[in-house]
Amino acid sequence: MSILEYNGAAIIAMSGKNCVGIACDKRLGAQAQTVSCDFRKVFQYNKTFVGLAGLATDVQTMSSLLKFRKSLYELREEREMSPKVLSNLLSNLLYEKRFGPYFIEPVVAGLDENNEPFLSGMDLIGAPVYTDDFVVTGTATANMYGMCETLYKKDMEPEELFETLSQALLASVDRDALSGWGATVHIVTKDGIITRELKARQD
Amino acid sequence: MDSVFGVQFEGGVILAADQSNARSILMYQSNLDKITKLSSHSALAVSGPNADLVNFSELMAKNLDLYEISNNGLKLSTHGQANFCRGELATALRKGPYQVNCLLGGYDESTGSGSLYWFDYLAALAKVNYGCQGYASNFCLSIMDRDWKEGLTQDEAVAIVDKCIRELQVRFLISQPNFIIKVIDKDGVRTLKYGADPADN
Repeated sequence: MSILEYNGAAIIAMSGKNCVGIACDKRLGAQAQTVSCDFRKVFQYNKTFVGLAGLATDVQTMSSLLKFRKSLYELREEREMSPKVLSNLLSNLLYEKRFGPYFIEPVVAGLDENNEPFLSGMDLIGAPVYTDDFVVTGTATANMYGMCETLYKKDMEPEELFETLSQALLASVDRDALSGWGATVHIVTKDGIITRELKARQD
Repeated sequence: MDSVFGVQFEGGVILAADQSNARSILMYQSNLDKITKLSSHSALAVSGPNADLVNFSELMAKNLDLYEISNNGLKLSTHGQANFCRGELATALRKGPYQVNCLLGGYDESTGSGSLYWFDYLAALAKVNYGCQGYASNFCLSIMDRDWKEGLTQDEAVAIVDKCIRELQVRFLISQPNFIIKVIDKDGVRTLKYGADPADN
């Protein structure tokens, strides 16, 4: 089994009309065995969310490292870190470990200064991809790409975005043994962030 | 081959571990205490090779003691202790890893409740209501899944632990005749029972 599939994860980030959404599962496993059903994989940095899929230890290390670097930035710059900058920082942090990488494949979703959606994904050594529709990562990417491609529409309102994200994630993880066991969805709009827990199959 | 598990109850945590110290075909010792007291109200049950087991638990215990000494007796919360242990494991992972799988149980006066933390040798940390490390998980997790509920009393939690031990002794290939059980609650860390006295040398 690949080291990126040891703990299991499924994360989707999608853009809507002046809003972004990010959804993730909550399983922490050790290969076939499930250890916990409330393992956090999506972390908030002001109005930007970073979803970290991959080896759980590196997910936890990187989320702390990002928090540290974001705080340092805010102290020095006296302004908030925009999603583009955070994504770039993450990319740099990952490439620094090019020959001994962190085993994570992150996605970044947020609203920039003009409340325009920002999405990016990258591999474990920080090679970024910027899209305007959706990014997926985890152990069920094949499933998630299929679901997103089918269900996605441009310029969805927050409520419709929530429905789309939820259905895409739930259907994807139900066909993947290593992800699931609960799901969390965050919708970011200029007015605030709405977080909802989904009722999912506990298997 | 170690069996290490823990159960959280209302007002505390129970940690249990087998007492065998063995390698290959040899049983070096059958009264080893694998549950180390970290602070007045927390303990770490460790599974893994004896060298890493002893080194890691001693490193954690001494460093947490140092924290208290250096901060005018300020006690680190169980959450803080668990994150500290995870941090040390994570740093060591890419330098000289400790091959230890642990369960940290502690009681916090501020909340009046116990908490149990599971972390593996890769330093992935999860807060759980009950947990097992090693082969014990194959036998005991389903028992705990069935019997654990919110607001257990200490006796009910001990009953679950006893059930798990009996299951292991019946169905686990490796013979583990001795288990040590410790309770962490408002009165601190104390040994509830043991199969063989760890102090017997």
